[in-house]
Amino acid sequence: MSRSVWKGPFVDGYLLKKAEVARASTRNDVIKTWSRRSTILPQFVGITFGVYNGHKFLPVLVTEDMVGHKFGEFSPTRTYYGHAADKKATRS
Amino acid sequence: MARIAGVNIPTQKRVHISLTYIYGIGPAKALEICEKCSIVEERRVNTLTEDEVIRIRETISSDYQVEGDLRRDIAMNIKRLLDLGCYRGLRHRRGLPVRGQRTHTNARTRKGKARPITGKKKV
Repeated sequence: MSRSVWKGPFVDGYLLKKAEVARASTRNDVIKTWSRRSTILPQFVGITFGVYNGHKFLPVLVTEDMVGHKFGEFSPTRTYYGHAADKKATRS
Repeated sequence: MARIAGVNIPTQKRVHISLTYIYGIGPAKALEICEKCSIVEERRVNTLTEDEVIRIRETISSDYQVEGDLRRDIAMNIKRLLDLGCYRGLRHRRGLPVRGQRTHTNARTRKGKARPITGKKKV
């Protein structure tokens, strides 16, 4: 079920403040964040966020299309290298 | 023969059944269309008058998205996810289920037919 509209989009409060500061300053630093659950708002467009995936901060440059998604969607938490060829298969 | 929304030519059957042959129209929408055009459920396509066919054609083109347009829209939505580099896009790329279903077993619709694991022997 989708979220009630009257609540507005969910964003961790500190992120809003940090984004505002980043927009005010001309330097474009990466904003490191653990808040994968936060919604990407229109005012975040153009800012680079470092989204933590449990291992490191992956840089995510927010574009207009990303608005409405969550930060976590852009920072995969799992690494999958595919199945290694079975050793028994080479025998015989 | 009745051509509605491009290529679809269903005949013989009841109108609301034939309409479901159009991509993007299922049983529910087909009944809706019949109601809007005031066509009784029992009517079959070959009993329709030219006028009624035109009426159906117009309701579909004005109120519904079908066939090529719909297909293109869906493809565009998926393409947006692919270009975005988000989790759902990655799942589409991999051909795995997108909405968090299990993949340990099942998920055969997305993954396709099971590939045998080579070299696995019974003990």
